[in-house]
Amino acid sequence: MQRSETNEVKMTLIQPTRGWIGINFPELWRYRELFFFLVWRDLKVRYKQSILGAGWAIIQPVLTVAIFTVFFGKWAGIPTDDIPQPIFYFSAILPWQLLQSGVSKAGASLVASRNMVTKVYFPRLVVPMAPIIAALLDFGIGFLVLLVIMLFYGIVPTTAMLFLPFFLLLTIITASGVGFWLAGLNVNYRDIGHIIPFLMQLWFFISPIVYSASIVPEEIGPVYRLNPMTAIIQGFRWAITGTGQPSGETLIASVAIALLLLVSGIYYFRRMERTFADVV
Amino acid sequence: MSDLAIRAVNLGKRYRLGEYIDSYRTLRDFIIEGVGKPLRWMKGRSEKKPADESIWALREVSFELRRGQVLGVIGRNGAGKSTLLKLLSRVTEPTEGYAEVFGRVGSLLEVGTGFHPELTGRENIFLNGAILGMKRTEIIRRFDEIVDFAEVPKFIDTPVKRYSSGMYLRLAFAVAAHLEPEILVVDEVLAVGDAEFQKKCLGKMGEVAEQGRTILFVSHNMSAIARLTAETIVLEDGRIALSAPTNEAIDYYLSANLSQAGEIHWSDVDAQGASGPFHPRALRVIDHHGRISDKILSTKPFLVEFEYQLDQAITGLRTGLYISTTQGDPVFTTFDLDAPEDFESHAVRPEGIHVSRCTFPANMFNEGRFVLGVNASSFRIQSYYTNEQALSFMVDGTGAPGSHWPERRTGPLRPALDWEIVELKK
Repeated sequence: MQRSETNEVKMTLIQPTRGWIGINFPELWRYRELFFFLVWRDLKVRYKQSILGAGWAIIQPVLTVAIFTVFFGKWAGIPTDDIPQPIFYFSAILPWQLLQSGVSKAGASLVASRNMVTKVYFPRLVVPMAPIIAALLDFGIGFLVLLVIMLFYGIVPTTAMLFLPFFLLLTIITASGVGFWLAGLNVNYRDIGHIIPFLMQLWFFISPIVYSASIVPEEIGPVYRLNPMTAIIQGFRWAITGTGQPSGETLIASVAIALLLLVSGIYYFRRMERTFADVV
Repeated sequence: MSDLAIRAVNLGKRYRLGEYIDSYRTLRDFIIEGVGKPLRWMKGRSEKKPADESIWALREVSFELRRGQVLGVIGRNGAGKSTLLKLLSRVTEPTEGYAEVFGRVGSLLEVGTGFHPELTGRENIFLNGAILGMKRTEIIRRFDEIVDFAEVPKFIDTPVKRYSSGMYLRLAFAVAAHLEPEILVVDEVLAVGDAEFQKKCLGKMGEVAEQGRTILFVSHNMSAIARLTAETIVLEDGRIALSAPTNEAIDYYLSANLSQAGEIHWSDVDAQGASGPFHPRALRVIDHHGRISDKILSTKPFLVEFEYQLDQAITGLRTGLYISTTQGDPVFTTFDLDAPEDFESHAVRPEGIHVSRCTFPANMFNEGRFVLGVNASSFRIQSYYTNEQALSFMVDGTGAPGSHWPERRTGPLRPALDWEIVELKK
């Protein structure tokens, strides 16, 4: 038994909170180990009792790209801006799968871990954050596959590749913002569980994944660019192939909307956090 | 630097009933409510506003807990014990009031929280430890101890989904029990596992208490409370009814919550836990004058009647009485089919209202208060109703054997026994 010699014991004040509460960063830092354990659990559990295990992280994007290439590329003949079709699709699938997996799992996360939420105190933000960070592993594996395909097509990375981390960060911010919103809403309204697949399908089609943003009619362009995924996917394609740099206004709109989603998501989440344990 | 561990001031928690009972609302409910409101308004506000549908699970609770103190919390189900623990461990927020907590609060009410069935015992120890607020280094340091305590060393690398429920609980409790918070909050976890393990858990609790850790201990087990705590608060309807030395608090709790009329009647509402065709109706103590009374003389025989209703015939039904002390220690148990010939002749009990009446002989109990419990079950088939604290009665020792010496006799019994005094040698 260790007993500290100092009498400095931290005092915690328990009282009703009101109004706007920001993020308690020192506290989040203290709970970093829990956060890493939750990420680790997500990863550990994902491929348990499956034969191919982490091989799925390769198979899923590769199969998706093959299907897109056949149906959208060859049969429907949707133009891909002179980029080889597999590269065109793969560079969009990478951020898209990160977003989709992150948002879906974050949205369901609080309800799924209700037995933790109703019994122990910890900053609830780590719960929806963990699956988003866990999805980065699949992203990393997918990225290595992409590098191999690029080698195959003889595409040499340009300096634009240096901007990839920026667009990755933007994807995480977007996924977190939407994930926090959905996770918080799901506690009160279980309808969210039904809405998420539909929302993701819609989002898939309003993002330039299977087509190029250049075919979007100019009159809806301003609205179209409000979708942060527009700039993110354009940015990924640009970073990887060196062509098709997203315009400045697209970028600004994307960053602004992503940050708005994040800040409002955190705000909503923190406001609802007080009653999670009573309602979930 | 004060030596306070917890100071709670006017803590209160209100639950909105709708929120609490439905537990969550769907969007449809929300829309229906939204549409319904203006409609009702247009009807000319004829309907009265619905009554404030909220309950105070906890109200105006103030207490102080010094460092190293072990405080018991007792109260009936729904008295606010769990809510109090949830507030102190910050799972949920108070509606009013505040509490100052000095140091880390670890609680044993979340046994097995975050256990993942696919992960191995080893992995779950780390995960669960992290959830309970242990550092990784701390878990590594205590890992072997935890595994030993849980008695699962052979299965430590097996996914816990393959564990027996006993192993699972032991592992879960072991992790929680090896937390080293400044303040430990313990709920009714000691009710898990087999008797052997329960003993071990209680032992661990005592050990922790001796180390001078601050403990808040919630239990229905009066003997555990009496053994581990010196002071206890009694919660009633969310308020502190009494804060006193444990013996006093237990006495108060038992006498306040147990009928002292010598009789208790159950309606369908308060016979919670009654199942199947069995409904308890009444339990009464009848003194040697034939009157219902909670005071009996040690030197006279008395009756205990258990009245119940069967909606249909039950095969193998037996009803029984538990007699225990106010500290919760059992004195004995007796069943209406204990005599072999009764067992044969009452194999099936028909539909209708029955009374099982037991005669307690004279010169049996020592003076003091005793607690009566009832049980109805078909042995090893089904339990219909159990209430271990249904009624209490007071035994007056006047005229009991040896009462010409005005000293208090120890133990719950005071039988009149035959003594022989023989002179062997002159």
